[in-house]
Amino acid sequence: MAFGAFAGGPAADPGIGAAQRKSRVVLLLLLPGVIYLALTYVAPLISLVLTSLQSPSPTFDIGSYVYAFNIGNYATAISEYAPVLGRSFLFALTATVLTLVIGYPLAYFIGVTLRRFPLLQSLALVLVIAPFFISFLLRTLAWKQIFSDEGPVVSFLQALAILPHDAHVTGTPFMVIFGLTYNFLPFTVLPMYTSLERLDLRYLEAAGDLYASRWSSFWRVTFPLSLPGVVSGTLLTFIPATGDYINASPSFLGGLDTAMVGNVIEQNFLVLQNYPVAAAMSIVLMVAILIPVAVYVSLTKTEELL
Amino acid sequence: MSAFDDAGADLELRQITKTFPGFTAIEQLDLTIPAGSFFALLGPSGCGKTTTLRLVAGLEEPTTGRVLIGGRDVTATKPHERPVNTVFQSYALFPHMTVQGNVEFGLRRRGVKDAGARALEALKLVQLDHLAARRPSQLSGGQQQRVALARAIVNRPALLLLDEPLGALDLKLRREMQLELKAIQAEVGLTFLHVTHDQEEAMTMADTVAVMNRGRIEQMGSPQELYELPRTLFVANFLGQSNLLTGDVVATSGANTVVEVGGVRLSIPTARMQRTSGAVTVGVRPEKLLLLTEEPKAKRGVNLLGPARVTDVSFTGVSTQYQVEFPENSALPGMSVFAQNLVFGAVVNPGAEVWLSWSVDHGFGLADAAEPGSSFAAAEADDTSVAVAAGES
Ligand SMILES: Nc1ncnc2c1ncn2[C@@H]1O[C@H](COP(=O)(O)OP(=O)(O)OP(=O)(O)O)[C@@H](O)[C@H]1O
Ligand SMILES: [Mg+2]
Repeated sequence: MAFGAFAGGPAADPGIGAAQRKSRVVLLLLLPGVIYLALTYVAPLISLVLTSLQSPSPTFDIGSYVYAFNIGNYATAISEYAPVLGRSFLFALTATVLTLVIGYPLAYFIGVTLRRFPLLQSLALVLVIAPFFISFLLRTLAWKQIFSDEGPVVSFLQALAILPHDAHVTGTPFMVIFGLTYNFLPFTVLPMYTSLERLDLRYLEAAGDLYASRWSSFWRVTFPLSLPGVVSGTLLTFIPATGDYINASPSFLGGLDTAMVGNVIEQNFLVLQNYPVAAAMSIVLMVAILIPVAVYVSLTKTEELL
Repeated sequence: MSAFDDAGADLELRQITKTFPGFTAIEQLDLTIPAGSFFALLGPSGCGKTTTLRLVAGLEEPTTGRVLIGGRDVTATKPHERPVNTVFQSYALFPHMTVQGNVEFGLRRRGVKDAGARALEALKLVQLDHLAARRPSQLSGGQQQRVALARAIVNRPALLLLDEPLGALDLKLRREMQLELKAIQAEVGLTFLHVTHDQEEAMTMADTVAVMNRGRIEQMGSPQELYELPRTLFVANFLGQSNLLTGDVVATSGANTVVEVGGVRLSIPTARMQRTSGAVTVGVRPEKLLLLTEEPKAKRGVNLLGPARVTDVSFTGVSTQYQVEFPENSALPGMSVFAQNLVFGAVVNPGAEVWLSWSVDHGFGLADAAEPGSSFAAAEADDTSVAVAAGES
């Protein structure tokens, strides 16, 4: 009971220890979050699972389904759309690697090199975030203009005979990956910046003192210490990029043969009104993302992020 | 212990100056540390000790001057190319590696075989082999410090820089580590440059001690030399305590110089005086003073002050410290006397009338004069006064 004196709260009933009282407070504070998650995440997820198992209604009305246990939807989702799923992963993975390759040096420059100039550092950060001030759709459309068949880039490359006369850039996988890389770059840079900005340079001095060259200091000290940022940055890019349906859509940067899972789900849902298959695909996508992500996180030993 | 790779190398700093924006941390530093010696750099906080080590390790570039290790000019070489390891004041243990990983780091970078075994051996030396699998964050401060020590020592560098490597340890462990360090150093003949605040540590461990103040080395020599014959006010006060008296040189008689302080004539060996004319500050260590309860007869070869009054008596175990004042001679500052506790309890009580005497041979004369009334100036100069003074220059 000696602890009661330190708790500062009202005198407790002698049967309850301080620790127990503390855990009740914690539960109470968690309650709003738990309710929110239950309403906005768990309930829709259950509804999604139920929808994914529905069968067409016996009246054969389009877009009308009844509750059932129709595993066939999953078979359709997987067998018919496996190539799309594979393409989504390929595009998202390529874009993630590109954001990492472009973003890490940028994050390092802002977080470490610019440390001595706080004003420049803030300015550089604002520049990284600046694209967010303009609508994502507008920016993506702007790239479509820039790379369009009559646009400056294609004309220029054609004039130099690098591209043939009948070449297109929009609608190609290159353009979709470009769009994904461009749009998700800030999501990779910011977490990596946060890790690198906190990096204690004295560790690098110690590494240098212990015979590590700059290269080896980087790989053995800087990079491992920035790994939490790298993992969260790449996840923040890879997960949404896999399900992205704007960049790959033919109205934006994609073409007919660049469809990603998001586009197919969108089409099944909004155009074909095939809700069960759309729902089954969403669940397949979720599982397909969760498995590699779990492996990735456990390999990089950054479980505490999850 | 297995055979070490290198013998020690000597270190030479030539005319080193280090200026940070708006602040001179090191001024015209000249220093030679012979191979195989244990050199201690002693000085108050902020005097430039860490900066000196960083210059040697290559983590800081001198504004002017050169650094030579083993006769080779390394001023322009990178830290990893220098045969030097550092025990950092802030430890700087890699948080993402285990203790073992930390200690192995330097060996692995140089491609040393059996790095693991050697690392364990070094950890055994600092009594931490049982914690090899832990992360630094799971260790206490003193344990972290010992890992830092092991991480540097395991490489057996030609020159080992130790920046307060034992500061976080308790007295017993500290003594043990001091002995270990001394043993390693003696066994291999490595060159140690050891930075410390702790004068006792510097005196017991080092062959040579340099006292540093405001970016300069004030005095350098063997511990005994430094203690028995301090040359400046700063050294006299920083290294142990001193009773300092300021007066005028009035005569020279034989090998001694006579200084008159408040009408009293004191003899100081001329050879132990830095200046022998005009106003000078002379001193004597408190333990060299003899406390007498009756006025003795004047004798050749003995200086005598009194009558004085005891104002404070403090018992410290091995000795008793007395503070005395001279109410009848306001020109004499208060003095302190350390007397061995040969009998139980204090010999005299506060308020008693006493005389002080000391053998002429124990006096010394300083190069700079004390400010009046500062004879008990605190040993540690505070940070701000150091910064201001160095900033002006
Ligand atoms: N990068 C820097 N920029 C400006 N001033 C510095 C820098 N590094 C050190 N100083 C200044 O140089 C002086 C010497 O610093 P140093 O770290 O060498 O002191 P020190 O003798 O090791 O002190 P301590 O015993 O407290 O560790 C200090 O006054 C410090 O403020
Ligand atoms: Mg220091």
